[in-house]
Amino acid sequence: MLIIAIKMLLADKGKYFGIVLGVTLASLVITQQGAIFTGIMSRTFATVTDMGDPDIWVMDTKVQYIDDIKPLQSTALGRVRSVEGVAWAAPLYKGMLRARLDNGEFQNCVVLGLDDATLAGGPPSMIEGELEFLRRSDAVIVDAIGARTRLAQPDGMGGKRPLRVGDTIEINDRRGVVVGICQSMRTFQSQPVVYTTYSRATHFAPRERKLLSFVLVKAMQGVDHKDLCDRIEAASGLAAYTRDQWKWKTVMFYIENTGIPINFGIAVSLGLLIGAVITGFMFYSFIADNIRYLGTLKAMGATDATLMNMVLVQALIVGTIGFGLGAGLASLFGAAVKRSPLAFLIPWQLLVVSGSAVTVICLLAAMLSMRRVMTLEPAMVFKG
Amino acid sequence: MTTQTHASPSMDLPGGGSLAVRCQGVTKTYGKGDAAVRALRGVDLDVYTGELLMLVGPSGCGKTTLISVIAGVLDHDEGACRVLGEDLRDLSPNKRAAFRARNIGFVFQAFNLIPTLTAAENVSVPLLIQGVGRREAMARSRELLAKVGLGDRTHEMPTRLSGGQQQRVAIARGIVHNPRLLVCDEPTSALDHKTGQRILELLREVAAGTQLSLVVVTHDPRIFEFADRIAEMDDGRVRRIAEGQHHDHSTGRGGFDIAPGDSSPGGKEQA
Ligand SMILES: Nc1ncnc2c1ncn2[C@@H]1O[C@H](COP(=O)(O)OP(=O)(O)OP(=O)(O)O)[C@@H](O)[C@H]1O
Ligand SMILES: [Mg+2]
Repeated sequence: MLIIAIKMLLADKGKYFGIVLGVTLASLVITQQGAIFTGIMSRTFATVTDMGDPDIWVMDTKVQYIDDIKPLQSTALGRVRSVEGVAWAAPLYKGMLRARLDNGEFQNCVVLGLDDATLAGGPPSMIEGELEFLRRSDAVIVDAIGARTRLAQPDGMGGKRPLRVGDTIEINDRRGVVVGICQSMRTFQSQPVVYTTYSRATHFAPRERKLLSFVLVKAMQGVDHKDLCDRIEAASGLAAYTRDQWKWKTVMFYIENTGIPINFGIAVSLGLLIGAVITGFMFYSFIADNIRYLGTLKAMGATDATLMNMVLVQALIVGTIGFGLGAGLASLFGAAVKRSPLAFLIPWQLLVVSGSAVTVICLLAAMLSMRRVMTLEPAMVFKG
Repeated sequence: MTTQTHASPSMDLPGGGSLAVRCQGVTKTYGKGDAAVRALRGVDLDVYTGELLMLVGPSGCGKTTLISVIAGVLDHDEGACRVLGEDLRDLSPNKRAAFRARNIGFVFQAFNLIPTLTAAENVSVPLLIQGVGRREAMARSRELLAKVGLGDRTHEMPTRLSGGQQQRVAIARGIVHNPRLLVCDEPTSALDHKTGQRILELLREVAAGTQLSLVVVTHDPRIFEFADRIAEMDDGRVRRIAEGQHHDHSTGRGGFDIAPGDSSPGGKEQA
């Protein structure tokens, strides 16, 4: 009987494509918008992602997200270090500082000051130069995208060229020499990222009483990270989060305090709604077109369960194809914008979400039509 | 699909024959209140096992309603209607579906072949509904199509067959599962006269020597000659039952012949 259902579905090419189109549209919009949303959200904690090494971030209890800097007493570092289970603890300076370019323009940069001794928390990979070069005088390492775009230098011919190793930039009127170019994730506001040592960063930074932004902690082997957070908090009176907790805290801040989720929510809901309406309408009309034949089957003794299975199979087929097409198109879109500044990320969870949404749409469409099949009077087959 | 409802053969007649259907005082009203239409107003009708009974009468007199009740696709209101020994109103919807799947065959005026299936696939549908495997169902369907003269058209889509050929496919579909009752609603009215006669010949042919009972609704007096008996309906009742030309005198069923040119039921059609 399922073969009959499939043949019935494929027979009317127009309706079939219409239904698939509706599902594809919904799946595409959800996946694509969801991927941009996920991409943007993942940029909010780009710094945390890039610093793969520390297991735990320690900060002031009032800090809400990664760019919310509330400096700590320098004594915090020692207090954290002395907590049992801490393998190492390193200071991190993080600040937004103004860099002056050769052409006289100013550009805000995220400046990260790494522990002088260990350089803990360095960039995930170097394109040019080495992290160790930060030990040279005035040394800074700049991220590749920043070097190519916002920190690009005049090339003397009216155009621009990327910032290169050996160039100098001025940060808060202090000289920095580029010793390396690194790979790093684009940040939320797309500012260039400048790595340097902690002590040099504190020179770049405006004079303030306190300059320690975070304490980065590596847990000893076998120590539970959450337990360690609790111990650090108890011992220091500060807030301590595992890397994942810290990412989520940052994301949740943006979700709760910006209009971004609402905007995406609206776009996704619209896509869902339009997709659901097209799918539901086309599917219903497909069933209506075939109601005479479904009625004939019913008269000939097919049970409601059999007929509903047929409808369900039809819905699941269009659902699977539409979802595949939509997700595929979204991935193509992602591949096409890979080199652009657009944030785009399709984690498997997103596919689960869009897959579930498509399933719900198809089930709704099927249920709408099933009602029609259930209430179908088999006696209608005798009507002309 | 696996539930099989065997009709009990408990409707034997004293004379040795048996009844496939017995309707007594059957009523059916569509709708309620002002909009109510009393389609059946107390129908008494027996259908003998193995006979071809024609149901005739003016448009709107309740023929389709009556065969819907007999075929178990519509519930009547009052009275009793036993089909193959079962009161179908007693059965759950699933049991009733299984009963139809096993015992009833259908032939429609508009053929109702599924346009996306080949002739053989269409014929196989009642077998598939009963849970017969696709391979076996197709084999039996092709065999039967050969018997109705369409052995070379088994792979054809219905739209590429003529009306008469489509109705042959529909008849094959109606009997492929060896039902005990075949209900046909105006099987010839979409066809020209000659084709219609051939269809009736075919119906008689496939029923010959079997226990299959046929109830054929028709407007067409030119096919009356194929009937064992003719039941004339008017205004929701069976008014009179006549022996058809095929009446088998050995059964001793009484009645009267309808002479050619007798008032044709189609002629009484109301506007
Ligand atoms: N589903 C329905 N709802 C309301 N009224 C109906 C319905 N089906 C049939 N009727 C009415 O019941 C009466 C009997 O209809 P039925 O279809 O049984 O007549 P018929 O003898 O088959 O007519 P025809 O020869 O035109 O096919 C008619 O008055 C018809 O309008
Ligand atoms: Mg009728």
